[in-house]
Amino acid sequence: MTTFEAILLTIVTASTPLLIAAMGELVTERSGVLNLGVEGMMAMGAACSFAAAVTFDSTLLGVAAGMLAGTLMAALFALLVLGFAANQTGSGLALTIFGLGLSGLIGAPFVGARRDPVAPVDIPVLSDIPMIGRLFFEQDLFVYASIVLTVLVGLYLTRTRSGLTLRSIGENHTSANALGLPVRRVRFFAILFGGACAGLAGAYLALVYTRFWSPGMTAGRGWIALALVVFAAWRPGWALVGAYIFGAATVLQLHAQAAQFGVPSQLLSAVPYLATILALLLLSIRHGRAIGAPGSLGAPFVPDR
Amino acid sequence: MKADVPPSGPPLVELKEISKRYGDLLANDGIDLSIEPGEIHALLGENGAGKSTLVKILYGVIEPSAGEIRWQGRPVAIGSPVEARTLGIGMVFQHFSLFDELTVAENIAVALSGEWSLATVRGKLGEISRTYGLALDADRAVWTLSAGERQRIEIVRCLLQKPRLLILDEPTSVLTPQEAEHLFLTLDRLSAEGCSILYISHKLEEVRRLCRRATILRAGRVVATIDPRASSAREIAALMVGNEVGEIRADAPHHPQGEMLKISQLSMPPAGLHGQALTGINLVARAGEVVGIAGIAGNGQTELFAALSGERLAERPDAVVIAGKPAGTLGIDARRRLSAAFVPEERLGHAAAPTHRLSENTLISHAATEVSRTGFILANAAKRLARTIIQSFDVRTPEGDPQARKLSGGNLQKFVIGREIIRKPRLLVVDQPTWGVDAGAARLIRQALVDLARDGSAVVVVSQDLDELFEVADRMAVIHQGTMSPLKPIGEWTKEAVGLEMLGVAQAQGGAHAV
Repeated sequence: MTTFEAILLTIVTASTPLLIAAMGELVTERSGVLNLGVEGMMAMGAACSFAAAVTFDSTLLGVAAGMLAGTLMAALFALLVLGFAANQTGSGLALTIFGLGLSGLIGAPFVGARRDPVAPVDIPVLSDIPMIGRLFFEQDLFVYASIVLTVLVGLYLTRTRSGLTLRSIGENHTSANALGLPVRRVRFFAILFGGACAGLAGAYLALVYTRFWSPGMTAGRGWIALALVVFAAWRPGWALVGAYIFGAATVLQLHAQAAQFGVPSQLLSAVPYLATILALLLLSIRHGRAIGAPGSLGAPFVPDR
Repeated sequence: MKADVPPSGPPLVELKEISKRYGDLLANDGIDLSIEPGEIHALLGENGAGKSTLVKILYGVIEPSAGEIRWQGRPVAIGSPVEARTLGIGMVFQHFSLFDELTVAENIAVALSGEWSLATVRGKLGEISRTYGLALDADRAVWTLSAGERQRIEIVRCLLQKPRLLILDEPTSVLTPQEAEHLFLTLDRLSAEGCSILYISHKLEEVRRLCRRATILRAGRVVATIDPRASSAREIAALMVGNEVGEIRADAPHHPQGEMLKISQLSMPPAGLHGQALTGINLVARAGEVVGIAGIAGNGQTELFAALSGERLAERPDAVVIAGKPAGTLGIDARRRLSAAFVPEERLGHAAAPTHRLSENTLISHAATEVSRTGFILANAAKRLARTIIQSFDVRTPEGDPQARKLSGGNLQKFVIGREIIRKPRLLVVDQPTWGVDAGAARLIRQALVDLARDGSAVVVVSQDLDELFEVADRMAVIHQGTMSPLKPIGEWTKEAVGLEMLGVAQAQGGAHAV
């Protein structure tokens, strides 16, 4: 394997958790709910998946536990913002702090444990193509799943009735309610979906990316996923582009730091953020009209009865 | 079933002793109302009389505090709009229930029950558009459309559901006379097919054209159920308002002089992908006169207003001359300093900030004057100003200094127009001054506009309500696809001629009186 190939492979690994978490948050936000708890849900996903995977020696059970943990966290958030119409920003920040703390507690007995790498899916013949073979045809299942997820979310939002309902509710929940659309039910499931995705992203971090647990290992990736959704103008395709630009910039700046160009490392660490913002900004300028957030994003919904 | 034959069965829907209480306010107070199958029943009343609350109860959006609803004789509880639609109740909302970022077809699809695909929705949309003369482009996003076009979506959305009872809230306020007549024929046909219609309108002539029974609400109670054909418009208006309605009085001959506004060869590219370009517009408004601009929604009124107010700038300074000063490239505040004032079409969100108090809303157009100094708000001055506006323009408020969104449409409109008039501007440009406003408020607003002109200001009124323009304007022009017809004294226009100009057939046929 050449260095170039290795770099490409790490880029994919670095981008995948961002993409998965961003897809979940994108659906949640399209329904009009801003969940700032992605980081916390992701941390819980990572801790619970690692604990389950080590305890039962099963990656599958680990992934299931991670997704479940994210979903439960999201259910708590949904209770606050839908049940009690609590402020979404405050509830989301609380969820992140709570998740980071609780994940440390759950993960504590597992610090120092290691998991074996997850075997990639090797598609015969195609994976032997030089340079790009292994990049496209010998990845782990999560990578393929994240791409499929992006396509499905895109199709769901633009091509299905339920997706149209969800977008309508996010756009204007008062009108949606007047038309009789089930605002809170749809938002509940959208929040749960967001939680499951964040949990899965966390599981990927713990089981594939690092293969160990340490407190605070999500290292702000939840926040990056949130930012990606905004800069991608709530579009799945753009979020994919953004996730990969961010992943690529992260990996490349690490190599640049190693090569010691004489550029301060702190500056290089900022490159992924700048590159992602710039790229997505260019995309949205090209689109012509600045695309706004879903109309009801972040506003609590209290039915007028 | 024909409307003339006395119905043998129970009424389609019967409301008994319906009440709705919000805190101390009794929005509906023991309302009785029955609608026969195939009947077109009018619901009349000023803004704030309780009409919206009543129809929202009937449509399942809000729950009554007391009372009973019977559907075909059986008591029903309408818990949600879905249940209302299942019964066969369709509703065209006054404040549109549309989604700005979605396309026309998506907006219609999202409200449909049963199986559908966007392709079939598009097909049905085309069919309904043709049948009822409601032109709509299926793939345009709603945020690009004018108020008139948005209302068409609401109407089409209802008709697609083949309702047994159709509730229409001010459906003709943005239609041309021809379009309105087309809609009346549609409603007549629906009625003949057995569909009942609950028709809410402030336009009395319309109600008399369409309905045999009208229920009149005032302050949450039924004051009368009458046959509108047997009563004069003045009698009905008196029942609604509770006092005699006077005609707009314009003092006898006056001699306008001095050009306060001169638009010359104003052209402007469309603002958005679907906006209307303005081409070579010329217009003069003199001190002491009201100039009316008629036209169907979406023919450039929004763009013209933006160009006059300075929300969009012209290329040449002399394209828009205000009080003798070239102002085409000046911003809004600079134009206000030339003693111009502007009232946009959307009162909530454009003319007023919904969650700000009325006193804070005075800052929107008075920022450069008495209510702020060196960047600080003079809160007491703002409150005093708001109070003066409230008193001078009979704005009815739930509390002393409420948030703008707490006011009913008519009262907020009185406030935003009053806010501009009280500055005694030498030029006032107002877009749809009485859209969705009750008869009493509309009269007050029109009188204020006429009075302002008589006091020596120039007033430009952009409106889709022809009756209004014929009432207030001294001279009038018609805008069609971004071009302006000649400006003629109001006496030289007939409604037919205006209607033809609105549709752009006048020039094509070489004469305004050709049919």
